[in-house]
Amino acid sequence: MYRYDEFDARFVRDRVAQFRDQVSRRLDGSLTEDEFKPLRLKNGVYLQLHAYMLRIAIPYGTLSSRQMRQLAYIGERYDRGYGHFTTRQNLQFNWPKLRDVPAILDLLADVEMHCIQTSGNCIRNVTADHFAGVAQDEIEDPRPVCELIRQWSTAHPEFSYLPRKFKIAVTGAQDDRAVIKAHDIGIRILRHPATGETGYEISVGGGLGRTPMIGKVVRDFLPKADLLAYLEAVMRVYNLEGRRDNKYKARVKILVHEIGTEEFTRRVDAEFARLDGPAINADPEEVARIAAYFAPPPYEALPAESAALAAATARDPNFARWVETNTTPHRAPGYVAVTVSLKPIGLAPGDATSQQMRLVADLAERYSFDELRVTHAQNLVLPHVRQDELFAIWQALGPAGLATANLGLITDIIACPGLDYCALATARSIPIAQAIQQRFADQQRQAAIGELNIKISGCINACGHHHVGHIGILGLEKRGIESYQITLGGDATENAAIGEILGPGLAAEAVPDAIEAIVGVYERERRDGERFIETVRRIGLAPFKSAFRELFDAAA
Amino acid sequence: MSLAARRPPLPAILLANDLLDGDVVFAMAGDNDGLHWTRDPVLAFVAGDDAAALRLEAFAEAELAGQRVVDAYLVDVDVTVGRPVPRHFRERFKTLGPSNRPDLGKQAGEGIASPRSA
Repeated sequence: MYRYDEFDARFVRDRVAQFRDQVSRRLDGSLTEDEFKPLRLKNGVYLQLHAYMLRIAIPYGTLSSRQMRQLAYIGERYDRGYGHFTTRQNLQFNWPKLRDVPAILDLLADVEMHCIQTSGNCIRNVTADHFAGVAQDEIEDPRPVCELIRQWSTAHPEFSYLPRKFKIAVTGAQDDRAVIKAHDIGIRILRHPATGETGYEISVGGGLGRTPMIGKVVRDFLPKADLLAYLEAVMRVYNLEGRRDNKYKARVKILVHEIGTEEFTRRVDAEFARLDGPAINADPEEVARIAAYFAPPPYEALPAESAALAAATARDPNFARWVETNTTPHRAPGYVAVTVSLKPIGLAPGDATSQQMRLVADLAERYSFDELRVTHAQNLVLPHVRQDELFAIWQALGPAGLATANLGLITDIIACPGLDYCALATARSIPIAQAIQQRFADQQRQAAIGELNIKISGCINACGHHHVGHIGILGLEKRGIESYQITLGGDATENAAIGEILGPGLAAEAVPDAIEAIVGVYERERRDGERFIETVRRIGLAPFKSAFRELFDAAA
Repeated sequence: MSLAARRPPLPAILLANDLLDGDVVFAMAGDNDGLHWTRDPVLAFVAGDDAAALRLEAFAEAELAGQRVVDAYLVDVDVTVGRPVPRHFRERFKTLGPSNRPDLGKQAGEGIASPRSA
């Protein structure tokens, strides 16, 4: 795990002191709200519906137990005893007092965390595959390059006032678990087909929001040494040519779309050629220094299969179901990655109490080399668990409400905070997720349906990634009431796709029935072993639209 | 844009967020015909005519300028149940708290009895 050096630590502390002074001047009236707002946003402080909100960066989703315990403490001391893990691997506290924020930032700095660039028109928290460094399909751990980009982009003077916020995600695996194609820049580590050398495939212009687009590949293979100069070239073209007259058209995806991928690529390549690459690219020694922090932990030499685990799964079918659903194969023999579901039936997706955070931190310390991950799907991961220890972990998670066996299933729903918290939202998300979870609470039914990703956003900004949900739900306002538009066929993986709208918007109460109708078509039409998204692709939207239309007409 | 430019239909109440803690506060009538803030939506002053709405708007401008609150605006309400209830669902949630957490917010009585800047 990366550790701050003296410069990093001083930078963060200085920033806290600066913000403390800004808050003080706001509270004594020296700064107006118009003057203060851009300053607070630069430190992750929003004003939401009921209170302020503080957004904390968890770079590439990696946390230590100490850091998680500090988040738990902040939740208890300065909030309402819980936090919300987001789709950008951030943590949001929903109730901090403005006057307490400097103290919270100091506590974060104590554990090498901060809120810098979690808001504003700058390069945001760089996200990554939550199974980085452990996945069996991984070519290379993406976190060293994430950390390199983080250091390059943090407070970058040229890119601190971009046309709009800018999001970068990195994966080092064949299966995309970082949704790279829905990011402004998506980076995929790959091997050159001829030389075997590792490098980067660069996609630009993905993004959701009101104009959802899938990123376009602008460079098939970028040598690793050229990364920062190439990113600088992309950012320069965007910063110079991205629209600033209309915030909805200010994203790089609009620029790529308007001038075309070929022309955008030509301009980036021209800029790249003009730049002084050696002056921008990272020193190989610095790259090696960063990479060393992400060296694998000292795994024990273990047999590939654990006899203790086999015995425990044979003994307890509930445990067996959890192991089957919530563990992921690991590159080290005898280990697995454990996903701790933050989607218990009927609760807010992504919320964790301070007690739960502390428990997971304790488990990570004892069983996972002191390391945790936060997923873009709003779950937590213990990345390095001995198979022998799974039963003990499951037993500890159960009483805390953290042993729900639903990873990737219909109740593992991504949902933004929606109108229950967010000042931008036009409808609620959480109650819709809760209602669907309750409708499909039966575990056997969930297992029978299999992999199905539902993603819910409470407004067109699409923080809940609804466009790339197998089933997407978008909450809008329609003549003074909440209305929910359903999309089908979205995909957040390496086969990224934007879902298509099924029909007119529905009332909140009708949404579980609509999901039921969609699932019913799938259950009727699927072939043996066929996943939901595969059936949708094979039979097209027509049968689903027909079922949806029947439901809509009956409700009308 | 001035508050008057986005005045909703009447009757209306004035709500805002407290500068210090972000809590939702409401303009209420106090002694000597003055206005001040309360955290209890039940006590919100209801403007039923233009003169009363103007009074709320003037109070909002002064309080925003005085750096005591942020995001102050008028909200149209129904008073059929004996207390002002915002007509729009967004503002109803704002006067209650998160609908998924009835244990939090004004619906749970949180902060209602507190002075404006506790």
